[in-house]
This record gives sequence, C-alpha cells and structure tokens, in this order.
Amino acid sequence: MSVHIGNAENAPSFPRAARAALINTQLRTNVRNATNIIQAKRNNMTGELPDWEELREAGHAIKNHTLKYLDLYLEQFEANVTRAGGMVHWATDADEANQIIGNIIADCTGKEIIKVKTMTSNEIRLNDYLENSGITPHETDLADLIVQLGNEDPSHIVVPALHINRTQIRDIFQKKIPLHELGIDNLTDDPQQLAEAARLYLRHKFLTVDIGFSGANFAIADTGAVVVVESEGNGRMCLTLPDVLITLLGIEKIVPTFRDLEVFLQSLPRSATGERMNPYNSIWTGVTPADGPSEFHVILLDNGRTSVLANGEGREALNCIRCGACLNVCPVYHQTGGIAYGSVYQGPIGAIVTPQLQNLEHSRSLPYASSLCGACYDVCPVKINIPEILIFLRGEIIRDEQRTLLGKFQLENIAMQAMALVFSSSGLMTTAEALAKFAQGPLVHDGIINRLPGMLSGWTNSRDLAPMPRKSFRDWWLQREKDKGQ
Amino acid sequence: MQISLFVTCYNDVLFPATGIAVVKLLERLGHTIIFRPQQTCCGQMHYNTGYQRETIPLVRKFVELFADDEVIVSPSASCVAMIRDHYEKAALMVQDSQLLVKVKQVVPRVFELTELLVNKLAVEDVGAYYPHRVTYHPSCHSLRMLRVGDAPLRLLQRVAGIELIELPNRTECCGFGGTFAIKNSQTSSAMLDDKVHCVLDTGAEICTAGDNSCLMHIYGGLHRRKEPVKTIHIAQILASTREEPTA
Amino acid sequence: MSAESRAAILARIRRANGVADNPARVSQQQHEWSLLSRAYRARGNLDDAQRLKLFDERIRHYNGTPFYSTGNIQSDIANILTERGKQTLIVPAGLPSEWLPEDFDFVPDNNLSKQQLDAADGVVTECTLGIALTGTVVLESSPTQGRRAATLIPDYHLCILRKGDIVELVPEAIRRLESIKGRPLTFFSGPSATVDIEMTRVRGVHGPRTLDILLI
Repeated sequence: MSVHIGNAENAPSFPRAARAALINTQLRTNVRNATNIIQAKRNNMTGELPDWEELREAGHAIKNHTLKYLDLYLEQFEANVTRAGGMVHWATDADEANQIIGNIIADCTGKEIIKVKTMTSNEIRLNDYLENSGITPHETDLADLIVQLGNEDPSHIVVPALHINRTQIRDIFQKKIPLHELGIDNLTDDPQQLAEAARLYLRHKFLTVDIGFSGANFAIADTGAVVVVESEGNGRMCLTLPDVLITLLGIEKIVPTFRDLEVFLQSLPRSATGERMNPYNSIWTGVTPADGPSEFHVILLDNGRTSVLANGEGREALNCIRCGACLNVCPVYHQTGGIAYGSVYQGPIGAIVTPQLQNLEHSRSLPYASSLCGACYDVCPVKINIPEILIFLRGEIIRDEQRTLLGKFQLENIAMQAMALVFSSSGLMTTAEALAKFAQGPLVHDGIINRLPGMLSGWTNSRDLAPMPRKSFRDWWLQREKDKGQ
Repeated sequence: MQISLFVTCYNDVLFPATGIAVVKLLERLGHTIIFRPQQTCCGQMHYNTGYQRETIPLVRKFVELFADDEVIVSPSASCVAMIRDHYEKAALMVQDSQLLVKVKQVVPRVFELTELLVNKLAVEDVGAYYPHRVTYHPSCHSLRMLRVGDAPLRLLQRVAGIELIELPNRTECCGFGGTFAIKNSQTSSAMLDDKVHCVLDTGAEICTAGDNSCLMHIYGGLHRRKEPVKTIHIAQILASTREEPTA
Repeated sequence: MSAESRAAILARIRRANGVADNPARVSQQQHEWSLLSRAYRARGNLDDAQRLKLFDERIRHYNGTPFYSTGNIQSDIANILTERGKQTLIVPAGLPSEWLPEDFDFVPDNNLSKQQLDAADGVVTECTLGIALTGTVVLESSPTQGRRAATLIPDYHLCILRKGDIVELVPEAIRRLESIKGRPLTFFSGPSATVDIEMTRVRGVHGPRTLDILLI
C-alpha cells in the first residue's frame, strides 16, 4: 500500500511555503476579505440556534461512535448499496482507486466525465490519472472550474478559489473559455456575469456527457444512501443526468442512520457557508428505475485513513465533515492562505489530517503551523480538539526524532534538554538566570535587544526584546522576607 | 485566606513587577501570600513543542511542591491552562497512577489571577486607581482554554480613573504561540502586525492582558515600530492605587 | 483485487479498534447508537400561523417566491404562469390534471430527453414537505413530483406545497421522511446560487433560476 495525498510528499515545509505567501499582498487581501465575510455569516447562523452546542455535542458523539464500529457500518452500507442495485468497490490506496475508476470508465463509450467537487479526487490526483489515460475530466463547481482552468492549486476545502479575486477570475475565463462561441462579447468582472459565463460553458457538458463523478458528504449505513450538499446545482446535474455515476468516498464519511442527518444537515451548512441550509442536498440510494443513472459505483477509499484510526488521540481527525470553519477562523490561515499547507486539505484540519494520513512520514512541519490559539476547536461543528491533536502529533514527531542519533544532537533537542535540566531545580534556574544576565550584556543596545543570534534571530527579525531586569521576583521576595525578619 | 503564588518562570525572571503586583494586590485585599522559592516552570513550552516526556519531572515537582496549599494563584493564563489541561494527560502518558492521584488533588486548586478574584473571591472592585487610556487583549489561553470570560474586563471596569477602549478584532491571536514565534517567525510576525495595528487604532496609552507572554510579543512589535504604547500586565493595573500608583 | 482490499481494510479497522470480527457486536452497536447524546431540539414550538410566516420569510430570504392559493388551484397556477410569462411547462405524469389551466402547453414527462427538458419554459410539480426554519422544500421521486432531471434542467420551477406539510425544524422533517428514505430525495432552499466569487452570493448558476411556491 502506498499512500499519496495529492502531492504533499513533495511539498516544501510550511515555514518556507508561508514565506512565499506572505509577500503576496494580493493573495493576503483576497484571503482576508473572503474569510471575514464567511466568518461573520457563520457566526450569525450558529448564533441564532439555541441548541448549537447540543448539535456540536451530538455530531461529536455520532462520529466517535461510528469510528468505533466503522467495520460494521461499512459492511452495512455495502450490503444496502448492493441491494439497491449499486456496485461497491474497495481501494486501499490512491493508485488502486484510480485504477478502479479508470476501468469503470474504460467500459463506457464516453471519453469525458463531469465532476462535482470532490476533495478526495484531488487527494488521489484523479484528474492527472484520467488525462494520462485520454479521458477529459470537467470540473463543474464554479470554484473548481476556476482552479482547473487557471491551473491553480485549491486553497480552501469549501471555497477552493478563495484566494482568487473577480478580476483574476475574469482574466482566466477570457483566456480559457470560448466566450465568443457562447455569445459573450464583453465579459466584465461582475460576479453575476462570471457565473453566467460558467453556466453557459457547462450547460452543453451537462446535457451531453454520459459519466458523472462525485464525492460524498455523508454515506448512510442503514439505507446505503449517499448525500451530496452543494449550492450551484452542478452537483444535481452530475448526479442525475449521466447514465453512469461513480462516487468516491473516504471510509470515514459513513454515518449510521438516515436519522443522523438531522444533526449534520444543520451543523454543516451553518459552519461551511453560513447558510441555514445549502441550496441543494441530494440523497440517493443505488439506482432508481427511470430516474437518474442506470449504473452506480461506489469506491470506498482507505488511503491512510486506517492508520489515522490507529493513531490514538489523533483518530478524531477522521470525524471532520469538511466544513472549513477552522480555516476561516484560523489566524495563521488568514496570513498565509491555503496553498502553504502543501495539501488538498488546508488549515488547522489539514495540519492534523495530512501528516497522519501519511503516517507522519511527510508534512512534519504542519503540526507546528499553529500558535495553538484554540479558535479552531471553538468553531468545529463536531468538536474535534484540533489544538490537542496538534500537540499530540508534535510529541509523536519529537519522540520519533529522538530515536535517531542525528535527532538527539539537533540544536533544538539539546536546547530543550538543557532547559528541562535548568527547570529541574530552582538553584539551577537561579544560576542560569545569572549566566543569562551576563550573556545578554553585549546584546543590549540602548536598553533593548534587537538582534539575537542563531535560531532566536527569528524573534528579533521583526520584534524587539526588553533585557532581563537586574532583580528577579525571587530576589525581591527573599529580600522582603529578610527585611521582615529583621 | 492563605494564597500560594506560582509566579511562573518567565514572570520571575523577566517580569518581576507582575509578581510583586500580585503580592501587593492580594495583601491589600486582606490575604496572606506564601511563595515557595523551590518553584520553577510549569513545563508548557516543552509540552507544547512536543517534548512531553521532558515535562514529567516538572509536573511531579509542581504537584509535590504545592501539595499542601489550599489555593494557588498564577498571573499567567497560559501556565494555568497547561496545568489544568495537560497535567492529567502527562501523568496518564507515563502511566503513573500515584502521580495522577496527586495531579487530581492539586490541579483544581490552581487559579489564574482574574478568575480567582472574580469567581472564587467574588471581588470586582479591588480599589484600584489607574488614570490611563487602556485597551485589553484577551489572551487565547484565558479566552478559550480557561474561559475566564469577562472576569478581567469586570475588574478593569471598576478601576477608578481608567478609560477602557475596546480592542478591535480582540479575540484573534497575537501570533506568539511559544516556539511558534521562532519556528514560524514570519507568519507569527504577520499576525503580530495585525494585532499591533488594532492596538494602535484604539489610541490607548496602555495595552494590558493576563499573560506577559503575549504582552512581551506585542511590546516587541510596538517598540520595533518606535510606538510609545506601553504594555503592562493586568495585575499591575489592579495593584495600582492613588497612594502607590503603577508607573 | 477489490475483495482482497475489502478484507485488508476491514482487518486494519478492526486492528485499529482492537476488536475481532464478532457478530455479537451488532447488538452492542445498535444499543450504543440509541444512547447517543441528542439534546438538540427535536420539536418546534411555533403554532400554524407562526410556522407559515417563518417559512414565507425564509423562502423569500433565499430568493424563492411564495404565493397563496385562493382555493382554486387551477386559476392560481394560471395567474402565476401568466405573471411569469411561461407557456410550455413539463408536468410529471401523475400531477392532477384538474389543476392544470387551459391556454398553456403542459408536456407530460414521458421519459423526455434532456434536450426536450431543456427546451421547456419550466416545470410544475408537487413536493413532499417544507421546513420553515431553513426555508427548505423537499422533493421525492414520485408520480406527482416526477424524476429528478425534470425539476433540474428547466429554468423555472413552480412547486405546489400543502400548508399542512410545513414543519418547523430539520429533525421534524427527517422524521417525516423516514418512511420514504430509500427514494431519491432533493432538498432545495431557494434557487441555485454560488458564493465562489469573493463570497458574493450570486443567484442562478446551473439549477432553476426562478422558484415559485404555491401554498395550498
């Protein structure tokens, strides 16, 4: 089994990728504007529900319960899909999933597929695989279309083109869409016009392409139904109009029963786009005579998910319903946007999902891409304690590094061991304090430290530091006790 | 009441005025302060950076040192959050059941300064006087881990002479995050930029908080820009009186 | 290949959870599911008039338009279609023919092609229920509501909803759908929309751009 998460194994470390993002002021403005709007909407929509906390609690409980019985729920889901005329396939990793999908398409006559937004397909790099096999995938979600036509990387799990503004979108459309053929002569950057251009461009595809492809928001074990929530109607088009429908879903998308939707259909839209309900939710089970596709395939994908399940405290990352609320509230994401995370899963949730799926072999800088401010946990609709999992993963990484001689002699490890020693006794702490006061002497200029050596220069690159005062609190206290005694 | 002070390592060495203020404030309110000089560090930096095994001796040291104290106060929300959220986990990690028992005994007696005042001692007016324009930055750990809520603001609102100005976008992190400020220094600096702009927008002379770690960070940004806004721990505002004003 | 992968994945899950493949776990699973925390609201507290008012408000919020029946559904439909300027409309085979006014072209959906659906001005159907809190209408696959393609391709949808089929909360809707949960279900809340361009809500991308609801 070889797990690939998009191209994450080759992505630069977060601090390096962030540097590039931080100097891109246009990108930062776009990200900041979009997250501000989406966050305000989300806060209104969750704030108006008197039982919001109870919904979070229920979502958390249902998801944890599902993980505990995941094998049984998958078997139940499989049996129900099969009973309803669908076909279920199992894929241990990205390559196997791509092959299964490729084989299904090879049995069809068409050479094109229409796709509704599926992060899981980005995870397995399905589009690259299909293009190499002579199949043309058409992304039909507006943001995915923008990303695909503009050859961009998605930067957000819900609104992948959030880093691109209207003028940039117009430029992409002018280059890549045959506007004249569609009867559009003068495309402006008005969002209404841009959406209309996408409508006209995709309409023909919807009416003619025979193979549809989707992911899933939820898969319901007790009915075998699949649920896709969306806004534009492109999902309904892809799910209903083609003869053949292929759905790829991570094994963690299972929920036990139809009834459980009453929780997630409330918490997901309010968290994701700040709406009371998404414009469209499609729920279907297998095939229905004279309504929709006559052939339906589901691929259940592992691709590292079972490793996450085995990873103690980290397993709750699998409870994610991909609402993106943690990205929108994250102060790190606000600065860097999503591309710096080097993964199809960005932001705080990406920082705990991406490295775990790869069994902590890659993306090791991601658990450190957080100030642990805790805002992500507060908004998570299924109460994933992201900061705790980040700390847990940092521990796993350090313990792993300390197993090697090289890791043991890393500067950071030496410094941390030295400090642990210092803190082991107040006597040593006082000695170290005296040493530090002595050492800081040459660094203090005009009463301030503005240049530190080595890794500490990260601080003084943009921040000053007041020098250590002459007397510590301890000195003051002991002096006072002495004075009292006299 | 007898109250034991856990001043924390960085307050001890870098911000002694904060510890002194806590002592003066609580003594003024009629309490007796004890300080155990063997204390060092809560272990947060190690724990949060992933050096969790290395924090075990510090956890052990803390619970043994403070085992007999009924109330322990600390002028640092982030250290109290470390103790409250992680000491039990640390004991579980090394499967030390004796340590776990001690942790469970001591941890509920540890309070951050403002929650001690408002929630446990039920005081809001501490008789302070501080005639300055002040803005309050709620640190992430006080806001989201300890959930001190509006306790600090209620205390500040009762300070005579103070002019409190709301900090825009106040719940957003200043970008400190311990070793985050070093490991991801550029992102951290960009976050600090935003925070500093918000502080400057208030026109306040003083920016205060319940954590000197955030204040050290905000000060670092303000001073680098040669801005005259000062940072000061909330304990020092609450300790300030007409007779003995905090500078 | 898939069978091997199936076995491998299930084995890895069981190993991760520290359990064996034991049939007795099924009853344990169901029991634990029934005990899950569900302290959220299961029932609304609005009376009929308040619920209708909320539904009206929320439907408008998402750019749908509610109309109220005068008691004569046939003339109500005629009025709405005249106002909208729609002439050729798809209807599901089972829609009561006495509802359909004269002077319009109603085309029964006898397995029409996508292109034929695309050529119509709109579609008229019944629906299953409405959810007041979220301004949502639920469609199922049935003789009076048609198949999914028929309510998707035409650019205009006139949907007929009984006032008594409006519930207040999402859990109330889910409970009512329990008996038909195996059918294709479509929830829609207002016409198609997107926020993909700078989070600006734009009406009408691929689904019907105009949605009218006739409340009877």
